[in-house]
Amino acid sequence: MSQHTATKINYLELLTNGIIKENAIFKLALSLCPAIAVTNSLRNGVLMGVAVLFVQTMVNLTISLMRNFIHPRIRLPIFMLVISGWVTVADMSMAAFAREAYKQMGLYIQLIVAFASILARAEMFASKNKITPSMFDGIGMGLGFLFALTTISFFRELLGRGALWGFPIVNTKPLLIMILPAGGFLAVGVLMALFNWIDKKYLKSKTVTH
Amino acid sequence: MALDFTKLMELIISASLINNFVFTRFLGLCIFFGVSKKMETAVGMSITFTAVMMISASLSWLIFNYVMVPLDITFLKIIVFIGVVAGFVQASDTIMRKVAPGLYYKLGIYLALISTNCIILAVPLINAGEKYSFIESLAFGLGSGLGFALALIIMASIREKLELAEVPAPFKGLPMAFIVTGLIALAFTGFSGLITL
Repeated sequence: MSQHTATKINYLELLTNGIIKENAIFKLALSLCPAIAVTNSLRNGVLMGVAVLFVQTMVNLTISLMRNFIHPRIRLPIFMLVISGWVTVADMSMAAFAREAYKQMGLYIQLIVAFASILARAEMFASKNKITPSMFDGIGMGLGFLFALTTISFFRELLGRGALWGFPIVNTKPLLIMILPAGGFLAVGVLMALFNWIDKKYLKSKTVTH
Repeated sequence: MALDFTKLMELIISASLINNFVFTRFLGLCIFFGVSKKMETAVGMSITFTAVMMISASLSWLIFNYVMVPLDITFLKIIVFIGVVAGFVQASDTIMRKVAPGLYYKLGIYLALISTNCIILAVPLINAGEKYSFIESLAFGLGSGLGFALALIIMASIREKLELAEVPAPFKGLPMAFIVTGLIALAFTGFSGLITL
């Protein structure tokens, strides 16, 4: 990244980096748990994505604000404390404003705390950069997550229920397997392969293999 | 506290088979895909996991019920539990290195990975949410650990064979692992309805 050398920071690049190049789910295969757990309907997928977007942005902002005061040796516990603080905020607001969805996915909202991708961004980016770039980095990463969750849940609800956002669309008998847990794994597997294929065919970038 | 063994057995079976953490609750996937490439690491990981899970379940139960409920600070449970788990893992890491270096060289690396894993955190959170008693929490921790071990070992034995298979290029690696997991999960749906809690 070149934000130290260049006088003008390329915000657009920061935003797209999280969405395409380092997409947490499809490319880095991090934070997969919620990607499958809550994506059996479009509404839940989008809500979860928004919660992550909020937490990631706020964590990046807070860490970036505090970066000059944090002693390097105790930085990880402090990062965890900041993250769990913001997750508690997201958790409680979700419980207050979206009761119906919270009943289904409350546990997964609380588990945002254990997301490797959020901690990784705090460590790799926010603790070294100024506030505005950190905020944009957080928004980009969060949007990438939201995008991945939306794609997965779009296909799963369309195929598994024949509906989108709760409204029926297709009038045939749906493929029940897609909303079962097994369908989640299959959907993510196929989408990941699709992303790899697009990457190889058009973008020619190096794919991350594990 | 009346001990009801049927209830405990039901809890263990339901946590390990019916609501298997990996296949129906989708927790711990990062580690699941990370360490299931070789049988040896999978076995080491499952032993460490089950032990840590039971101990952290009982520790956080004690803290939740004797400190947080009387002080009325249950809303802080996410922060407190993650602190408890991370602290405990760090402590056992240090103790093991001094007391049992042999064991440490075998399992120490898994311990470090565990501290911020979502399964370990999920067990205390579910225990607190469902208001389990102490023994029930312990049984739930044991069942979840066994279920995770089962999942890891099944997956590792499949992946060792999968290395030799010819997979289409875009599916190589993780995507194929996901598809395989989907198929196993499909088999695990057969357990639903075994016990109605």
